[in-house]
Amino acid sequence: MSEILPAPASSATSSGSGFRRALGLVFSPTLVRILVPVLMLFLLLAVWQWYVVAHKVPPYILPSPVLVANALVKDWPILGAALVVTLKITFTALILALVGGVALAILISQSKWVELAIYPYAVILQVTPIVAISPLIIIYTPSTQVALLICAWIVAFFPVLSNTAQGLKSTDHNLLNLFELYRASRWQTLFWLRIPAALPYFLAGLRIAGGLALIAAVVAEFAAGSAGSGSGLAFRLLEAQFRLNIPRLFAALILLSVTGVLIFFATSLVSHLLLRKWHESALRREN
Amino acid sequence: MTFTASPAGMPAPARPLVSLRSVSKTFSNGTLALEHMSLDIGQGEFVSLLGPSGCGKSTALRIIAGLGAPSSGSLDWPTSMHDATGKAEPEVSFVFQEPTLMPWATVYENVWLPLRLRGISKKAAASDVREALAMVGLEKFETAYPRELSGGMKMRVSIARALVTRPRLLLMDEPFAALDEITRFKLNNDLLTLWEKFGWTVIFVTHSVFESVYLSSRIVVMAARPGRVFTDMGVEAPYPRGDEFRTSTVYNDCCRQASDALDAAMNASVPA
Repeated sequence: MSEILPAPASSATSSGSGFRRALGLVFSPTLVRILVPVLMLFLLLAVWQWYVVAHKVPPYILPSPVLVANALVKDWPILGAALVVTLKITFTALILALVGGVALAILISQSKWVELAIYPYAVILQVTPIVAISPLIIIYTPSTQVALLICAWIVAFFPVLSNTAQGLKSTDHNLLNLFELYRASRWQTLFWLRIPAALPYFLAGLRIAGGLALIAAVVAEFAAGSAGSGSGLAFRLLEAQFRLNIPRLFAALILLSVTGVLIFFATSLVSHLLLRKWHESALRREN
Repeated sequence: MTFTASPAGMPAPARPLVSLRSVSKTFSNGTLALEHMSLDIGQGEFVSLLGPSGCGKSTALRIIAGLGAPSSGSLDWPTSMHDATGKAEPEVSFVFQEPTLMPWATVYENVWLPLRLRGISKKAAASDVREALAMVGLEKFETAYPRELSGGMKMRVSIARALVTRPRLLLMDEPFAALDEITRFKLNNDLLTLWEKFGWTVIFVTHSVFESVYLSSRIVVMAARPGRVFTDMGVEAPYPRGDEFRTSTVYNDCCRQASDALDAAMNASVPA
């Protein structure tokens, strides 16, 4: 079409959009979305390296990125083992939180009595800072590992419970009427209507719980303290601080951040895969 | 005379399918939604409940469906097998104002639902589900999800789901109110064609005079606060009715009389 149109004096704008189009051919939108943050990262690292070298900042105040990378490689036997411990606690707590949260939410949705009896105490458990409860938990549990697990579970459990319970209650009333009209049993209504309708709520809870489980695993270890073979990243982080081994502290911090980001992506992916066919949140707006 | 209006009610059909006997309904907030409503619905009739909002027409429909018992009065099914609680047997189907589809389920699974709830497997239900989808012209959309369909198509799925149990009585609560006029006319025609072919009984709640006259063999005009039967009138125009019926003098006369009856019912209602 464009060849047929008489070429008016719009060459300036068309060359501008032509440049943009050429850029679009070389870099697809997905590539740009990855490339821009990566470039930004390298820029920041370069500035950081330059600042540390140029101003001769001692490594126990602010280590250079190169030093941190060195620590990451050199201390990997220690940090890697600690990472495994932290991951174990995080994921065990998360899985137990999902099982417990969903089971309790279903129980609450089935009986007003259970809700009245249990929900207030779940709230109390949630609003009390975990750091404040952890000393008690450590006294009552046989090992630090179990104490950390319980702490992480308490924190991750509540968003799953409250979101799923909310979802189970938010079923479309007309659909409930429809199920009643066709004489659906309590279990048919639960499995074929309430649970699918609650899925988006549950998945929102899962994404929050995933992040919180890691945070709680770290916070609990700060509070509980642990040593020896069973110590996680939080302990290694504190230990590095005491020894003024700041490069290792940064390395442990990076491992925690990366873990958190990966958990977020994993839970987002699960959510997207389960909802992509029908839920508004997973759909592209068509306008 | 093409149109008969008798405030005392139509002469009762020989064997009504369902009778409301002095049914009253008071909601928990104290609202008197229905007061002493008596109505016989004959087999094979297409009855519209027409009235201003708050006249209890939807409430009456829900009581007939078994969604909520009347506060007083009773519901009789002279020709049907019904249990002691008076709940409607599955031979009653309901179409809501919204399509009320499960968004996570395909068109096929949504239509299968009433059969699934009776323990019929997906495979065993296949011929019935396909037949119901063919009735509403959606046989090619089995695997689509509700979000992929237009408003009219969603409503067709909703109707197919109501038809899949082969109901004797179809209850429709303003099913086309949210649709555009072109889609509504098309669905009106399709519904009439199916009704003539299968001979169900239909109770159709609407607030549109034109829709009620076009579809019904009988119009029950209701008044509000409290909800009650105001006028009960027959629309004696022959079926099949097509687009030419919409422009006929018979249709116009009926619309005017139904409109007058509705006005009178509004005047008799306590203002909202």
